[in-house]
Amino acid sequence: MKTSLFLGSVAAAALTAGAGMADTLADVKARGELNCGVNTGLVGFAAPDANGNWTGFDVDLCQAVAAAVLGDPAKVRYVPTTGQTRFTALSSGEVDMLARNSTWTFSRDTDLALDFVGVNYYDGQGFMVRSDLGVTSAKELDGATICIQTGTTTELNLADYFRANNMSYQPVNIDSNAEGEQQYMAGACDAYTTDASGLAATRAAFADPENHIILPEIISKEPLGPAVRHGDSNWGDIVRWTLYALIAAEEYGVTSANIEELSSSSQNPEVQRLLGTTDDLGAMIGLDKEWAKRAIMASGNYGEIFAANIGEQTPIGLTRGLNAQWTQGGLMYAMPFR
Amino acid sequence: MTDVRAPQNASFRPSMLIYDRRYRSLTFQVIVFVLVMALAWWLVNNTIQNLAAMGKTFNFGFLWQRAGYDIPQTPIPYTSDDTHFRAAVVGLLNTLIVSVLGCIAATVLGIVAGVARLSKNWLIARLMTVYVEAFRNMPLLLWILIVFAIFTEVMPPPNAFRGDDPSASMILFDHVALTNRYTAIPTLAMTNDPGSLDLGARITFNWATLAFAAVLIGGWLARRAINRWAQDVQDRTGVRPTTWWMSLAVMTVPSLLLIWYFGLHLVAPELRGFNFTGGLNVQNGLVALWLALTLYTGAFIAEIVRAGILAVSRGQSEAAFALGLRPRRTMSLVILPQALRVIIPPLISQYLNLTKNSSLAIAVGYMDIRGTLGGTTLNQTGRELEAILLMMGVYLTLSLIISAGMNVFNARVKLKER
Repeated sequence: MKTSLFLGSVAAAALTAGAGMADTLADVKARGELNCGVNTGLVGFAAPDANGNWTGFDVDLCQAVAAAVLGDPAKVRYVPTTGQTRFTALSSGEVDMLARNSTWTFSRDTDLALDFVGVNYYDGQGFMVRSDLGVTSAKELDGATICIQTGTTTELNLADYFRANNMSYQPVNIDSNAEGEQQYMAGACDAYTTDASGLAATRAAFADPENHIILPEIISKEPLGPAVRHGDSNWGDIVRWTLYALIAAEEYGVTSANIEELSSSSQNPEVQRLLGTTDDLGAMIGLDKEWAKRAIMASGNYGEIFAANIGEQTPIGLTRGLNAQWTQGGLMYAMPFR
Repeated sequence: MTDVRAPQNASFRPSMLIYDRRYRSLTFQVIVFVLVMALAWWLVNNTIQNLAAMGKTFNFGFLWQRAGYDIPQTPIPYTSDDTHFRAAVVGLLNTLIVSVLGCIAATVLGIVAGVARLSKNWLIARLMTVYVEAFRNMPLLLWILIVFAIFTEVMPPPNAFRGDDPSASMILFDHVALTNRYTAIPTLAMTNDPGSLDLGARITFNWATLAFAAVLIGGWLARRAINRWAQDVQDRTGVRPTTWWMSLAVMTVPSLLLIWYFGLHLVAPELRGFNFTGGLNVQNGLVALWLALTLYTGAFIAEIVRAGILAVSRGQSEAAFALGLRPRRTMSLVILPQALRVIIPPLISQYLNLTKNSSLAIAVGYMDIRGTLGGTTLNQTGRELEAILLMMGVYLTLSLIISAGMNVFNARVKLKER
């Protein structure tokens, strides 16, 4: 009896882990809502505003997918996930996709049974310190206390970086960006480390951003992208090509302002295919003709989304850098719509 | 000879399985057993199928992979190059550290508070009532967070100790620094270090530690022998020889000699670079968790102690006084032995609670086994089922060991019924 109960609870723990293996597209359509895993609160990427409406760079991707699949960008339920809970939330079926500053790595793609479908932000890990500390380089952080989000790639990079440079440090393990912010502001750590974009976003939310500097060293590659569960290729295709549609739209000059006009008048065959004026690409992934058009209309093309949430005109003030179009010397490159 | 005979023509009919009292209970037991087994089979099968569908296997191989992350508090040597298994062991040791510290402190606090609540002094008794009710009736997690917040928000950062006119200063003759990251305390150092005993797997034991342990145990045994001898003399002559100075001597003199021989001294922490070095930096996570666990569990233990003392009838102490026993001897010879009988069993569950509650460590970033094996390792390897099962096994084992140990103790102190 005891053994049976034990096995029972074991299995119960794993029961939820298998839900949602079936056809995610059909599930989402039947539910009428997209469950999108986002950050618990990182201004510019995903954070609820004063009215509880989620906004941000990652949120816009959720909205684009919802618009493509359900026809309405508002039909998204945002599930805040921490560095620790995000992959479990995805593999258990609690969310249909993750758009949450998650780094694409080998083991996550294979062993964790996730599928990263693309990169929406090429990032790298950096350090933020108070300017009155007098530190100008990460190499001067020997012996420092460093706040680090547990369960992230940055945690591993940090350990590797300090080992490689023969320096010591004292980690302070935190669970979410908000907790990191609080500990860092209280002076419980000398430096806060996470993706450079996350640092910029965190700093923008401070009352005194000018008193904090982001050190020049970028110690890792952090390609951040949306992820879906392994094993549902069609759903992966939908999220992947929705992202490509946003990137391609910027490349071909399709914006939320001129999209209606272009969909009727554009003579560019690639734009015609993208917007569904000629070929019916949507049918190949189980959607209708205008899926990409709706995705782009949700919050604009990739460039518009970037500018509105994290670009140079926002308090976060990130430059396009690596995230510029390939035609502008960046790495954003949509595969051909054909 | 018995009159009861088996019914004649005892041919078995299926309806007897329900209507015959001889078979009924058996029938139901078989049915329940089959149902439970079916449920278990279904759950296990479901798990296996779903794991297979996700392309995940069930194995513990991940324990031998490189962990790659650092842990703030490492009782045994650990670097990010070590395995996940070693990280789990480090976490387990951290769990044990906070649990043992918590159990000891909570017991002391609980006894003091429990006795004080029975005090005839109105103020002390009321104060203890407030303490007990406040801590018993609010969630432990809140207390942990409150204590932690007080430490991180109120204490000064290490660099406040810097400069000619620092805004913060060390206490206890410049030996202890309370900061918002850790409490820097002195460490022990030896001028005449005898070296270490290597236990393998980079775990070492300093010979001096073993020497002190041996001397302390020896002193305790010697003290018992002295007491036995005193008892013996008292039984023969009726006069108990004065033994306190002998007990004191065997307990302390060898230790003092060892301290002198090894040249044991304190090394005070010093502010160097970003942080205090040289001493031991006890993280605020540990201090906050330990304090909160102590205060919370102490409140429960106080009530247990109070109940135990009240359970001994007043006539017992009156009888003892009538026999001429002094109050202290009355307490140790009459009341306490009877109170302990009531106190020990619920005390066991408080120790178990404290140990299990220590898994709330994650809230303050203290890396116990929930933080290493069930936190970072689980997350980096994606082995949820395996990690959670291992943790369940670890906590189960810990609890059973505590129960077993306390049950042995309970058997020794409970009333001997003859």
